[in-house]
Amino acid sequence: MNPAPVSTWTEFTEGLWERNPVFVMVLGMCPTMAITTSAINSISMGLATTFVLTTSCLLISMLRHMIPKDVRIATYIVIIATFVTVVDYAIQAISLSMYEALGAYIQLIVANCLVLGRAEAHAARNPPWASAVNATGIGLGFTLGLTMIGAVREILGSGTLLGISLFGSHYQPWVVMILPPGGFFVMGLWLLLFSIVRKHRKSAADAVKEGCHGA
Amino acid sequence: MSTEKLSSASPGTEPGAEDTPTTPTFAMMRTLGIVSAICGMIIVGSYLVTLPAAKANRRIATERAVFKVLPEAKSINEYISLPGGVIESAKEGDLPPGAVKFYAAYDAGGKLSGIAAEGSAKGYAEAVRIMFGYKPECQCIVGIGVVSMRETPGIGDKIQVDKDFLANFESLDVKLNKELTALANKVETVRHGTKANPWQIDAITGATVTSRAVGKGINDAAQLLMPRLLPKLEKIKEKS
Repeated sequence: MNPAPVSTWTEFTEGLWERNPVFVMVLGMCPTMAITTSAINSISMGLATTFVLTTSCLLISMLRHMIPKDVRIATYIVIIATFVTVVDYAIQAISLSMYEALGAYIQLIVANCLVLGRAEAHAARNPPWASAVNATGIGLGFTLGLTMIGAVREILGSGTLLGISLFGSHYQPWVVMILPPGGFFVMGLWLLLFSIVRKHRKSAADAVKEGCHGA
Repeated sequence: MSTEKLSSASPGTEPGAEDTPTTPTFAMMRTLGIVSAICGMIIVGSYLVTLPAAKANRRIATERAVFKVLPEAKSINEYISLPGGVIESAKEGDLPPGAVKFYAAYDAGGKLSGIAAEGSAKGYAEAVRIMFGYKPECQCIVGIGVVSMRETPGIGDKIQVDKDFLANFESLDVKLNKELTALANKVETVRHGTKANPWQIDAITGATVTSRAVGKGINDAAQLLMPRLLPKLEKIKEKS
């Protein structure tokens, strides 16, 4: 069924760079904009999503031969909602202040199109191991993306990183950065940077290819 | 249109519904039934595993909030006061209708050192929930702490740090009237610099909405709780 076997490493790294959910696929923007006001929120949200992605993709992949296609979306959502509930309970047990900082966005992981997208596009047609590895990669890519936005917003908006003060007390925080507009500013700048880098890489790769042809 | 695109992008896995035999109803029900059963077990299992830790976390958070507004307290008891004026220990689960939850704080010797209760009112963004500490001796509020809020960072959230604002709650008058039916004076938030009476709260300039929410939250909670509580205070004087 698969056109060519893909190595485990490729499955894993695909989500980190080539298909980074935040900067390349631009999926799951609702939590990306809403909770990236500090690095620690971003990391915990990213890890919670990674857990849901990995476990639900694993289970969906294991059950993929017995799920009739007519009810597949319903089945996926039930499975995803289950693991979101598990994460919800787990965060309440780990830290109540974290639970309050993330608010409704934990429950809203169930509506994150990233998770359903992975289930439909990858887990439903690949063996469990490959799906789990790919989902973990995508989840960590999401965590990385959120953390990059969250860190910038926290440094500029509060003058701290992971709660540690960086500039001393005379720093006047740039409050707009932890307000909703700040999310769009930082996201836009990261997207710009990423597309410039990708363009450069592509033209470099093209140049190499042409060189080979020439030889 | 998008379905067509999908099926052409991944042949074999997304065929059009018309040209395949329909799935038997039984197969769909079986799958959904089995999946739901598995999911149910996972949810119940994780609930049971995390429950003790989650409960402990909630208790610690409550204690911390109470000790913040009543610093000399060493232990707390949770009570509810019912509409008829009856006071009983808080049980788990939902509160009975009309009941108000409050915390009796005791010092190291087990003597009542103060009462803490929660008040909330709509702020700029969401409800501002605050915990306030109350001393029966002076019938006044001696401290507040924020339980939860989503006020604008740098503006509304100044209620937590603004020294002039917090000074309002070192001794905020919530005395009852002679009939013990309501507060003698309504707790109210006034424009910055115009506070004249001990039951008024001096608002923060630029954060009036949030300041008002604090005042309204305290007033609503005190109007409800204090008339019920004060006549029964003897009952909770000693730690049970």
